[in-house]
Amino acid sequence: MSANLSASLYLVSGVLFILALRGLSSPETSRQGNLFGIIGMLIAVTVTFLSVDNFSSGFIYVIFFLAIGGSIGAFIAYKIPMTAMPELVAGFHSLVGLAAVFVAISAFINPEAFGLGTPGNIKLASLIEMAIGAAVGAITFSGSIIAFLKLQGIMSGAPITFKGQHALNALILVSIIVLTFYLCSTQSSSLFWILIAVSFLIGFLIIIPIGGADMPVVISMLNSYSGWAAAGIGFTLENTALIITGALVGSSGAILSYIMCKGMNRSFFNVILGGFGAADQSLGDKNKEQRPVKSGNADDAAFLMKNASSVIIVPGYGMAVAQAQHALREMVDTLKKNDIKVSYAIHPVAGRMPGHMNVLLAEANVPYDEVFELEEINSDFANADVAFVIGANDVTNPVAKTDPQSPIYGMPVLDVEKCKSVLFVKRSLSPGYAGIDNDLFYKDNTLMLFADAKKMTEEITKNLD
Amino acid sequence: MEIDPFIFRLSIFILSIFVGYYVVWSVTPSLHTPLMSVTNAISSVIIVGAIIAALSGNDAVIFSSSSIYGFLAIVLAAINIFGGFLVTQRMLAMYKKKKKEK
Repeated sequence: MSANLSASLYLVSGVLFILALRGLSSPETSRQGNLFGIIGMLIAVTVTFLSVDNFSSGFIYVIFFLAIGGSIGAFIAYKIPMTAMPELVAGFHSLVGLAAVFVAISAFINPEAFGLGTPGNIKLASLIEMAIGAAVGAITFSGSIIAFLKLQGIMSGAPITFKGQHALNALILVSIIVLTFYLCSTQSSSLFWILIAVSFLIGFLIIIPIGGADMPVVISMLNSYSGWAAAGIGFTLENTALIITGALVGSSGAILSYIMCKGMNRSFFNVILGGFGAADQSLGDKNKEQRPVKSGNADDAAFLMKNASSVIIVPGYGMAVAQAQHALREMVDTLKKNDIKVSYAIHPVAGRMPGHMNVLLAEANVPYDEVFELEEINSDFANADVAFVIGANDVTNPVAKTDPQSPIYGMPVLDVEKCKSVLFVKRSLSPGYAGIDNDLFYKDNTLMLFADAKKMTEEITKNLD
Repeated sequence: MEIDPFIFRLSIFILSIFVGYYVVWSVTPSLHTPLMSVTNAISSVIIVGAIIAALSGNDAVIFSSSSIYGFLAIVLAAINIFGGFLVTQRMLAMYKKKKKEK
């Protein structure tokens, strides 16, 4: 296949990828968008096969390994429960990162195959691109592994901090730049390996100080990195499809990180430098004098909801942990049978990744036009009779609006306290991730339901009948 | 003077960042999780590089030091491509509108 034809076809697959993302602007067009993405990928792979000049028997092995990876991927995709989506995405990011590293290594060892010069005499621009691709890929890989371990619960979600952490990270980042510079002037392969090793290390160090509730930012950030790594390799290979895709994914991840940071009213650097919660714990302990709370049982909750005309549900990470989304949908079905209007309010950072709650509700067959974002629904709380908070905490804390001293001051929160009555399902009175007490617990119109989210929801449903 | 092809690629790159910026802002927040899984799948187009790397050997030496990395990268990228697109499809199939029965 001529170089011009294959380059044009790569452009076509790049455009199809743009359409794949474009489709996600509404659920109706999204499935078609995904199809565009698949076609784009098919074109890219086919064109690559056709542009290989020498059909060695290695070709059979390519198909073989493609089939192995494909079956593993398909198996995972069908088996994975929806609650495990954040871990899955983190795991997938690590694979993209590692693949980028491997391609860069291969290009470094055998530059002739890629038309980049000879070993020890690689074109300068290609070498820089290769180094960037490999370094960013390595950071994506080790960072995503840590994120995966934290999300999976294998590693504690608590931030791990130590003295001189930021200085060490800064030092390593500078050393990566210095290494790249020397690599370009000496073409030394040992420098290339050191560069990769150091990049693995920094990826690891960047993610360990970041705590569980900041995971939405981290996952989006790693999403962005995996894109930039792909773009770096795209420059090395002079491949348009890869450059376009890398840029798309890179900016997509960056926008998601921005949206998540805004949802917490924190700057990106504040999240990355980590340690939220660690410094605030002492403050939380100080205010620990006993304040009275009203607690109730499923019967009380059912009574309140039965007499309501509108109910707003506020789900959070706790719902995912308790896998309560199906039980919740059943409760809502019963409410609807009694002619009660029900809607769902989702905070941008609810859960462990962007859109986490929406996927879980969709899994439980909740129609997406009953689910609303913070800005869309926040004014409705004042007119609603009951707010049912299930597994959310900090995102409902009115302190964010009233107390300038609070670490979460200024964070956009759901105006749950404006409801006539609030039902708060929670296992205990313990503070949320930010380590601060939620004022909502102590309001007169709040009824605490101390129980597992799933069990409580099921019991309420029984009592509604 | 001839323009370096690098400049063309850089132009494509910069313009794509802008395209990505506007396209992603129009993605509805409820589809942010599928957005992440589909971007993950498409960034695995890096398999293009992996295939070139894997075929860098010849008939005598199929598994050379450079092609082994290519084969490994093919497996990783293939997991992502199939896993990413299929899981996205599975998620998107769940997003349903309210049935109008009343």
